[in-house]
Amino acid sequence: MVFWILIGSGLSASFRPTGAADGPDYIAYFYPGIVVLVLLFTSIFATISVVNDRREGFLQGILVAPVPRWRVVMAQAFGGTTLALLQGVLLLLLAPMTGIRFGATSILLSIGVMALLAFGLTNLGLLIAWRMDSTQGFHAIMNLLLIPIWLLSGAFFPSTGVPGWLAWTMKFNPLTYGLAAFRHSLYFDTTAKAFGEIPPWTLSMLITGLFCVLTYVGATFTASTQAN
Amino acid sequence: MVDTEVQYSIATESRQPIADSRIAVENLSHAYQQRQALDNISFDVSCGEIFGLLGPNGSGKTTLFRILSTLMPVTAGTVRIFGHDLATEVRTIRNLLGVVFQHPGLDTKLTVVENLRHHGHLYGLAGKALRHQISELLERFGVSDRATERVEVLSGGLQRRVEIAKALLHSPRVLLLDEPTSGLDVTARRQLNEHLGMLARTENILVLMTTHLLDDAEACNRVGILDEGKLVAIGEPDELKAKVGGDVILIESENRETLSDVISERFGFSPVLTDNQLRIECERGHEFVRDVVAAFPDEIQSVRFGKPTLEDVFVKLTGNLFT
Repeated sequence: MVFWILIGSGLSASFRPTGAADGPDYIAYFYPGIVVLVLLFTSIFATISVVNDRREGFLQGILVAPVPRWRVVMAQAFGGTTLALLQGVLLLLLAPMTGIRFGATSILLSIGVMALLAFGLTNLGLLIAWRMDSTQGFHAIMNLLLIPIWLLSGAFFPSTGVPGWLAWTMKFNPLTYGLAAFRHSLYFDTTAKAFGEIPPWTLSMLITGLFCVLTYVGATFTASTQAN
Repeated sequence: MVDTEVQYSIATESRQPIADSRIAVENLSHAYQQRQALDNISFDVSCGEIFGLLGPNGSGKTTLFRILSTLMPVTAGTVRIFGHDLATEVRTIRNLLGVVFQHPGLDTKLTVVENLRHHGHLYGLAGKALRHQISELLERFGVSDRATERVEVLSGGLQRRVEIAKALLHSPRVLLLDEPTSGLDVTARRQLNEHLGMLARTENILVLMTTHLLDDAEACNRVGILDEGKLVAIGEPDELKAKVGGDVILIESENRETLSDVISERFGFSPVLTDNQLRIECERGHEFVRDVVAAFPDEIQSVRFGKPTLEDVFVKLTGNLFT
């Protein structure tokens, strides 16, 4: 939140997203990025507990119970998703401040996309957490992988006009599509769209859905191989 | 309707005669990269028995516990629990097992009842049957009056009792405990051992616990002594102690080596040298104590004389101190 207001206001003077030169300012551009950041943090933090809980805590008992691993991971993913979604919905209340006009469709779509994103990100967190035997290791991965994923998703700056290698990295970043899907859904009922060139709606949704499935399968696989 | 059905099925299941009511471990080995944690271990434990795996830290107890509790795969050898192969029938075996971990396995921010309820759901218990089972177990373990309090405000001894109640919730046939008495004071420890004894006798549950405390091992029906991954002895505590024979005398002295030599020369015993003392096993120990103190009044700082303990058994069998 504070992040959004400080960076958003600070940069809005010098920065205008290309392709929306006369449109809303940076604060409006940055808003969906901040929502996704909150989703990312909440879902990932919800998964850190797995690292310790596996050695001491309630999870030990779950691991020796006659419950298949895919159900354990599913439950953990829903847990993280719920937390992240609650935070996201709170932030959604601020959307009108950035010129977004909500209709029923855009609200429902936005919440739906947030749920998908939170689910995928929680699973990504689980995928990492199930491998780790220390929370320090988890923090290292977070700084090395998760923050860059967010930075290069178009949350912070659009891919238009960045150096070629960076544009390509952004193109292969699954979160780019997640964010694009979220932008599309936010502005579903608004005519003036505060974003530059982003991937189209169907492609974004498709990749986000795929991201959810793959991370879930990956997390289940990791959980199964790590602990019998 | 559903509730009574659940209750019924639990009741019949636990009364069903099971042909093979044992844990049978055969030639079990386990290695972590270079280190051999378990080396060709075989033993049998039957229902109604409390079996203690005694060993110092690093002896392989925890590895064995993790394999038996289905957390680690069997890599060499076979383990059969009530006739089911641990390598292939994990799901069936998990239903038979109640597990208490060394590290607390309760969610401390939830109440006692909430912890038990969630645990019950994992085993497919629900509704009236679950509520009934919870209140009965809490009653039996003397924590009914604390049922709605958060786990974090309970004492260590009470928390451990709640953990055991939790592990028994689905009426398992086997109760596995990893160092169940660690962190408990003497009274709580004794109570816990009494509880476990009662469980094994009255409910015909197979209780298997690991421990590094000799007192706990004394409370078991049978004990297996582990050292560096090997099962060096197995039997009833008295039976094991009888192996040592006679009395055990511990002598503390400044110059142990010379004293050791002189003693073996003069009395014909071969003392075992440990960190700070000489250890001698002999018949009619009281006479030896009298003679040895009379013979070396200056060299000897203190003498301890007693009947053999499981620690003496361990030292005799491994040549190492039990630490």
